[in-house]
Amino acid sequence: MTKVLWKGNQAIAQAAINAGCKCYFGYPITPQSEIGEYMGDKMPELGRTFITAESELASISMVIGAGTTGTKAMTSSSSCGIALMQEAMSAMCCAEVPGVIVSVMRGGPGLGNIASAQGDYFQAVKGGGNGDYKVIVYSPATIQEAIDLMYRAFHVSMKYRNPVMLLADGILGQMMEPVEFGQYPYKDDDVSIWALSGAKGRTPRNIVSLHMADGELEKISDRIFEKYRIIAEKETIVDKFMTDDAELIVTAFGTTARIAKSAVKKARKAGMKVGLFRPVMLSPFPEKELFETAKSAQMILDIELNQGQMLLDVKASVFGACPVEFLGRSGGGLLTDTQMLEKITALYNKIGVKV
Amino acid sequence: MTGETLVYKRPETLIKDKGFTFCPGCGHGVVLKIIAELIDEFGIRENTIAISSVGCSIFLEKFYELDVAGASHGRSPCVATGIKRSLPDKFVFTYQGDGDAATIGFNETIHTACRGEKITTICINNTTFGMTGGQASATTLVGQVTTTTPRGRKAELTGYPLRVAETVANCEGAAYVARVAISSPKYIKQAKKAIRKAFEMQLKGLGYSFVEVIAACPTNWHMTPVECIDYIENTVEKVHKLGVFKDITEGENI
Amino acid sequence: METSIIISGYGGQGILFAGSLLCHAAVIEGKNTTWIPSYGAEMRGGAANCSVNISDDEISSPVIDKADVLFALNLPSELKFEHRIKPGGLMLLNTSLVKKIPERQDIEYLNMNLNDMAEELGGNGFANVIAVGAFVEKTKILSIDSLQQALMVMTAGKKEHLLSANLKSLECGINFMKSMSKVSL
Repeated sequence: MTKVLWKGNQAIAQAAINAGCKCYFGYPITPQSEIGEYMGDKMPELGRTFITAESELASISMVIGAGTTGTKAMTSSSSCGIALMQEAMSAMCCAEVPGVIVSVMRGGPGLGNIASAQGDYFQAVKGGGNGDYKVIVYSPATIQEAIDLMYRAFHVSMKYRNPVMLLADGILGQMMEPVEFGQYPYKDDDVSIWALSGAKGRTPRNIVSLHMADGELEKISDRIFEKYRIIAEKETIVDKFMTDDAELIVTAFGTTARIAKSAVKKARKAGMKVGLFRPVMLSPFPEKELFETAKSAQMILDIELNQGQMLLDVKASVFGACPVEFLGRSGGGLLTDTQMLEKITALYNKIGVKV
Repeated sequence: MTGETLVYKRPETLIKDKGFTFCPGCGHGVVLKIIAELIDEFGIRENTIAISSVGCSIFLEKFYELDVAGASHGRSPCVATGIKRSLPDKFVFTYQGDGDAATIGFNETIHTACRGEKITTICINNTTFGMTGGQASATTLVGQVTTTTPRGRKAELTGYPLRVAETVANCEGAAYVARVAISSPKYIKQAKKAIRKAFEMQLKGLGYSFVEVIAACPTNWHMTPVECIDYIENTVEKVHKLGVFKDITEGENI
Repeated sequence: METSIIISGYGGQGILFAGSLLCHAAVIEGKNTTWIPSYGAEMRGGAANCSVNISDDEISSPVIDKADVLFALNLPSELKFEHRIKPGGLMLLNTSLVKKIPERQDIEYLNMNLNDMAEELGGNGFANVIAVGAFVEKTKILSIDSLQQALMVMTAGKKEHLLSANLKSLECGINFMKSMSKVSL
């Protein structure tokens, strides 16, 4: 199969179609509006559903509706729009409703700007919804990976009946690069054992998130957290680049990790033993994998386009095995590989390893 | 068994041996029973998905032998939209209060109506937030005493009540919109007729149908059930007038 | 070999199209490539630029810090990006719009009256594609054949009527470059 040039947002949309997404519900917001535009063009032609909802509150609730019937559905938005969906994501985790959410980050806080940023790591991974819950979050660094992770997002969401988010950024959404669309590689589970379809010849089912009876909510909470433990064990993906002999390990996600890889390559050329640890699944966070990788290193440098968000998960995972330093930039400004290399060099000299 | 005729049968859509748990004199039980009777009459129990909302209207799965999906505050029509678009052959209805459908979720109600979503909404309007303890809602009357308007709703401070059915009827995608009451046997019969019509609209795929039901909340109105009837007929109905505000099949035999 | 190119000008000058033309041709040749546009509130008349990388190997950073090549199709672009060209790099300057004297001694300037050249094609010329033609003829980073193929792909369908003008513009840029090298011989 030959590669074709695709724009990130459109590739994400096409990947959803290939994954069997039957319903798209969304509300326009830069820098991800092309996803909705693409869906508005393709979905009706395929006999599938496309609705521009009245708000992000509405679009995520429509995803819930479709999800309760076991139908693959998605929405997409950016920063402030994703903020409006938090209540619903908490409800989805509680009621165990599948659905895929694409978040293409812009600069924040507030309306912020439309530049590429990573200030919504906490929003995605910790969430602003109420109660104990976890959204499963994947973070692509290339458009090809965005396609592959969209396939995975639909599969994992249906398998575990939990919302799954693809966390991208403005650059990934807007950029173009050559990609290949493989076939949807997963065999999805049978939904008829749990989905709503009208109680024909069976006991009625309910998929709700209010559980007032004594102890009922606690049982649900324990069950979904057992599920998250299994997900962490079975679904974690990390990308390690030259970490085996690395004295200094860079941690980064998404587009920043891609730029960091360039800095790591340059550092290696200069004789420094530097590696890159990139969590591809951000939630549940790959704690064990990072701890194991960090044990043999002298130092971690976490690089993000924010004031230090994944940094907290990195520190918690490293658990004092080595010091953790941070390089960040917020408000929509980018870090170049040159700037990263400067920081890497300075820290490398500080550890006192001979080059 | 000569000489015996069946005059009443408990609807199969209601869970056996399970009574309603609402306050005495509350309107919810009456309307839930009407809906159950109609689902039985149409024979659609096994093809129905109901959407519960937030408020006293929330416990559908505790009373109904139906598949039920829950929605967050005001978002029932969106959940219903997702379900109906996924399974267009199912009968899908939302059961909401005025706090849900007309206050926090009015935007959703209006847009669902404009889209002509082929679902049905039954909205119980008791002019107050019942479950949270009787605060003023969008449909609270001017002068009405609630826990957030203890000296009565003042128009100069909090404006005027929203006319829900009239506003929904203005949406082109709405096929049938009515406001009914259940404060007398005659009204209950009319209410059932309206809800039947609303269900038919969906079953025939004609568009969005919406029935607003004026109902009593004796606990939060601080009235006896009998006083409530008088209050509805002499005060509430003067503002929230009963009638059919939209019927795209008017004059036709459907 | 990795080449990083920034193409910059006004919205409406075909900036993004020129970048994506290079990318399409690179894909046809089986090379790796990335393209990032500037995106903003203004659709037309505002500043527009895009960053293009073309490489035989994996491209780590799609973001260009210092570029090998700059296409400056207007004055603000020249002013904004002149210092972001690597020493030994190339600036293709649209001298129809930029009258400023170049400042750097360590880069090469290729001056082209792009707007005038486009007009000379009878109002059917495209300054952006003329620039691409000259650039590719000069650097041989891609083959002319893949550029022609790329133009066919990009104008297929609704824009098919624009194909011949695009091909003509490409040729115009190539011929300009050929005549330049003859002069220098």
